[in-house]
Amino acid sequence: MKQEFTLTIYTENQVGLINKIAILFSRRKISLESLNTSPSEIENIYRFTIVVKETEVVVKNLVRQLEKIVDVFKVFYNTNEEIIWQQIALYKLATDVIMKEVKVERLLREYGANAVVIRNDYTVFEVTGQDNEINNLLKELDQYGLIEFVKSSRIAIIKSSDGIHQQVLDMEKNDPTKLPINNEFLNLKSMIFEM
Amino acid sequence: METIENLKNEVKENSGVKTSGSLAVIDALLSEKVATIFGYPGGAIMPIYDALYDYQNNLNHILVRHEQGAIHAAQGYARVSGKTGVVFATSGPGATNLVTGLADAMIDSTPLVCITGQVFAHLLGTDAFQETDIINITTPITKWNYQITDATEIPEILAKAFFIAKTGRPGPVLIDITKNAQLQIFDYKGYRPCIHVRSYRAEPIIRNEYIEKAASLINQAKKPFVIFGQGVLLGNAEKELIEFIEKGGFPTAWTILGMSAIPTDHPLGVGMLGMHGNYAPNFLTNECDVLIAIGMRFDDRVTGRLDKYAKQAKIIHLDIDPSEIDKNVPVTVPVWGNCKQTIPLLTALIEEKKHPEWFNEFEIRKDKEFNTLINKELYPSEGELTMGEVLQVLNELTNGDAVIVTDVGQHQMVACRYAKQNNSRSNITSGGLGTMGYALPAAIGAKFGAPEKQVVAIMGDGGAQMNIQEFGTIMQYNPNVKILILNNRFLGMVRQWQELFHEKRYSFTDIQSPDFVQVAKGYGIDGKQISKREELRSSLKQMLDHSSSFVLEVAVAQEDNVFPMVPQGKGVAEIVLTKEEI
Repeated sequence: MKQEFTLTIYTENQVGLINKIAILFSRRKISLESLNTSPSEIENIYRFTIVVKETEVVVKNLVRQLEKIVDVFKVFYNTNEEIIWQQIALYKLATDVIMKEVKVERLLREYGANAVVIRNDYTVFEVTGQDNEINNLLKELDQYGLIEFVKSSRIAIIKSSDGIHQQVLDMEKNDPTKLPINNEFLNLKSMIFEM
Repeated sequence: METIENLKNEVKENSGVKTSGSLAVIDALLSEKVATIFGYPGGAIMPIYDALYDYQNNLNHILVRHEQGAIHAAQGYARVSGKTGVVFATSGPGATNLVTGLADAMIDSTPLVCITGQVFAHLLGTDAFQETDIINITTPITKWNYQITDATEIPEILAKAFFIAKTGRPGPVLIDITKNAQLQIFDYKGYRPCIHVRSYRAEPIIRNEYIEKAASLINQAKKPFVIFGQGVLLGNAEKELIEFIEKGGFPTAWTILGMSAIPTDHPLGVGMLGMHGNYAPNFLTNECDVLIAIGMRFDDRVTGRLDKYAKQAKIIHLDIDPSEIDKNVPVTVPVWGNCKQTIPLLTALIEEKKHPEWFNEFEIRKDKEFNTLINKELYPSEGELTMGEVLQVLNELTNGDAVIVTDVGQHQMVACRYAKQNNSRSNITSGGLGTMGYALPAAIGAKFGAPEKQVVAIMGDGGAQMNIQEFGTIMQYNPNVKILILNNRFLGMVRQWQELFHEKRYSFTDIQSPDFVQVAKGYGIDGKQISKREELRSSLKQMLDHSSSFVLEVAVAQEDNVFPMVPQGKGVAEIVLTKEEI
């Protein structure tokens, strides 16, 4: 069954890496619902957050292919339940509408919107939240002549992750026999092993 | 011009020496013990060629006639020798001509380092003369690629290139060097081979618990079956494999790329897998109870229809590349790691056994295949010559000691079905990509990689015309390769499919060929044409005994088909021996 998976990809900071990652998806005709790149907690290591709607079998294979890219350290994939995730959206409205319509003010308060810019002609609000909240507010505000709207890609923190500090330290050690492996999959195999 | 020797001394004495980027490239190649380069010069790689001029005695550069020839030659060289093949090409068309070879080397896991010239860094992105974005073009078909715009990066990046190409699951690496970086004089501090890249895991860790689980599965098996691929050759694990199968008494089949890792007449060898492989191993894949897959990737040409593939069997998969596990076929026990190490661990834990009844199942089907078709193909007494009998006579003359390089199509399947091979790395063919025009340049490369061996390139009349310009390379360097053209006046494999699946509508498969012997003669290569059975043995002998390269063009039956066949969309057990069964 297709569902949303969030991929967290730790990489070297390398020109062109985004292409190397993106073509693995396009080759399989998988569209990216969302893509974010940012620095990670470790200096010079970058973190891609990608959201796809796919089956777990496809995602698992994709993750292994991503990990094969020389400049990729580690890839995690998680369901929405396993992560804390947020997006940010900006809404631009005519200021006089906000002044006039009591409902708008209530809506904005309800969604925890902050005013970023207030001018005579327009006001820009910012909302941080999940996809459905942002989209609901968009629908509501659309009735009041929304001038402009933009939404960021998803960023996510994995609930159970300890980060990859230790792993990167281990990988930096020049000792190929001690390389860490994350064969979560291998551990699962014991369950299906039976003669 | 300074020589590399005093360059090294200076580097030792001082902290660095003023060197050009180009010379640093040459020093990197010499430090990596590169002996042979296949290449073609051009504008953007001229500084490197200029540096090479002074090292012609240290680095044997083979000037090919087309960059595709260069990369296929490097592939043949790498496949036969186990060393990394090195290619030089210029920017733009020089670089794009490498694309087919890169894709071929990628899918067939061949270690290559390709160095391409690029326009000056300040011209990047301006549509400059012979500028092409080769990095982005080659990203999906290289194991790694990188563009160098500053000479100071050259030593480190080339070291990394050689390390990545050769370690783990090998593959092609492309390094694009802008002309300014080649010309740049910089403070060279010497070449240090790379032994570690922090974000790159060459080999996964071997897990003993899975070795133990695999061994216990094997020990309980009544009908174990070993299938292996090129991983055995790439891991130099031929000896380990033979010890393993001999201890366990396993019937053993190979993929087209695994061929020659064990002698083709090994008593436990049951033949080749795949769409046109042998009858018994394909059919019995669906009868075994434990399938032990070693260094192979369950290609669709091997598995046929996946939902009918070995469903009854527990599957043990040994592979160095974690992404191969469960990619196509769900595995019961994965054994990750280099098979050079994992096979002996497994051998130590398995019981010494023989499986005579199970083995007999293979014998029965082998006889059936022999009586139904092999006998007729190898020993016909009348009618036109068959490809099979040409191979049979060749086997008798070479006694299985030749390196056989094949192109793509019917002759490839026939050669890989019937060639006798005693020695490892004797079968060079384009397996994954199926590149026509591969054989001639790959054979040239193979001869440079194994000069002591007899190298026979076998090709069809279609493939022979696809890189025929490499006759020029043979003319210039005389690598003494034997060229056997099996001419059926058709693009035979496509014609076969048109006959079987498209009601004999022979749409554009009736290819015309030049007089290959006359063409060869123009390049100063001797040759001969034959079409009669009585001439076959003496002509093949003449070809093999000839003191230099030789073209033998054999007119074979026009509309022969390759069987057995696992028709597309069918399971391996639905393999057919004759066209009437389709």
